[in-house]
Amino acid sequence: MKRLCYALFISLGILVLMAGGSSVVQAQDKTLILATTTSTQDTGLLDVLIPIFEKQTGYFVKTIAVGSGQAMTMGQKGEADVLLVHSPAAEKKFMEDGFGVSRRLVMHNDFIIVGPSDDPAKIKGLKSAGEAFKKIAAAQALFISRGDNSGTHAKEKDIWKVAGVKYEGEKWYQQTGLGMGQTLNVAAEKKAYTLADRGTYLAVAKTMKLDILVEGDAVLLNIYHVMEVNPQKWPKANIAAAKAFADFMVSKETQEIIKTYGIDKYGSPLFFPDAGKKVEDLGK
Amino acid sequence: MDLIIEGIKKAFWLLVSFDPEVLGITFLSLKVSGTATLISLIIGISVGASVALTRFPGRRFAVSLINTGMALPPVVVGLFVTIFLWRNGPLGVLGILYTPLAMIIAQAVIATPIVMGITLAAVQQLPAKLRLQILALGATRLQMVWILIKEAKLSLLAAVMAGFGGVISEVGASIMVGGNIKGYSRVLTTATVMETGRGNFDVAIALSIILLLLAYLINLVLTQVQQRERAR
Repeated sequence: MKRLCYALFISLGILVLMAGGSSVVQAQDKTLILATTTSTQDTGLLDVLIPIFEKQTGYFVKTIAVGSGQAMTMGQKGEADVLLVHSPAAEKKFMEDGFGVSRRLVMHNDFIIVGPSDDPAKIKGLKSAGEAFKKIAAAQALFISRGDNSGTHAKEKDIWKVAGVKYEGEKWYQQTGLGMGQTLNVAAEKKAYTLADRGTYLAVAKTMKLDILVEGDAVLLNIYHVMEVNPQKWPKANIAAAKAFADFMVSKETQEIIKTYGIDKYGSPLFFPDAGKKVEDLGK
Repeated sequence: MDLIIEGIKKAFWLLVSFDPEVLGITFLSLKVSGTATLISLIIGISVGASVALTRFPGRRFAVSLINTGMALPPVVVGLFVTIFLWRNGPLGVLGILYTPLAMIIAQAVIATPIVMGITLAAVQQLPAKLRLQILALGATRLQMVWILIKEAKLSLLAAVMAGFGGVISEVGASIMVGGNIKGYSRVLTTATVMETGRGNFDVAIALSIILLLLAYLINLVLTQVQQRERAR
């Protein structure tokens, strides 16, 4: 017993030593905290881009994948160095309030309204997203919302505004508070409608029964910007690394990777590179 | 059903092919939760035994706090540890948020009350006369405590299992303070959440199976130790 006890303690002690070793704490000026949306992680795009960036620059990137709302709160509190988000109205406010020093267009894809193939609200093929939401409300068909202040959630609220119908507190309107992939799962299981970004939908569609019902409306554009946090507000922000990452995201090589990412796996690209373009010209 | 079979197949392949990423994730889970459990044992057993063996004003209140701590929700711990470790938070100078070290701290906070509560109950349950007898045989106070702890070791091994089980399986705190960073702070539970979100259910199931296997192996060793002692 005694010997076993000792063996146990020694092995645990070795674990402690290893955990306390140099691998745990990285030099702070070499680490970069990237706050981003779940969609960039769930599609696997960052798994491709981050290692390239790390290799090129020697920075160590800590990717924190949360909703766009939370990502921007992290930026406002100085808890992130650089943001890759898709919630344009909130981003503009972020910049106006002086929390960011630059905001550059990276890429876009689009949002789609997905739902069960029997389509109880008869929205398939509609050209207007607002019209589709109106019909869903009129049919009282179940709609699953992210409900997490993410970029997708913000877009969804915009469309409800366009539709001009009451949805909050309605029985057919449910919020998950989860990421895009999980919300799609919930919608598929409950045979409900939801708004999704095309990238995540394509990445997870293979396992679920949800059809694309409405697409192509200009309001459904999903635009990603990269923003560097203002070092004057937060001196601890690693601004050199943030700038390096933002430059990397809009560089020619990276844009080329974004352009082709996903084609081999899903048959079509998940994102369209847009560096240097104007937002007004997108989707044309 | 096909999905589960796919998952089992995937788990098998990931294990036999020694997939470096999965191995890294598994090893990190073990390292973080093992270290956190060890810290919780040191604090939990010493404080738990002290509270069990002493009388002081407000003791009942202290015991009720410890027992409540056994039900401490991991997300609550995660939230507070995050706020404390923020760059601009009270302990921001340490710069350890989103590191395995932060995960160890959060998990130690979760496991300590569990170990403490079980230790407290175990030591208190020993016959009161045993203490008198030990002291009468000439033991010092510290020796007495040591003997009592050894007497309670069956329950204490249960405390180790409960503490380790609590932290190896928790996800809320780990994802908040660790950030689920690929190749750095991603553990089995946070990877499972992420793969589920990505719709990769086969990988998620595979990771779950590895997690269950790991928990089983650890508990098997501990149970061997515990039950061998009993047979004597």
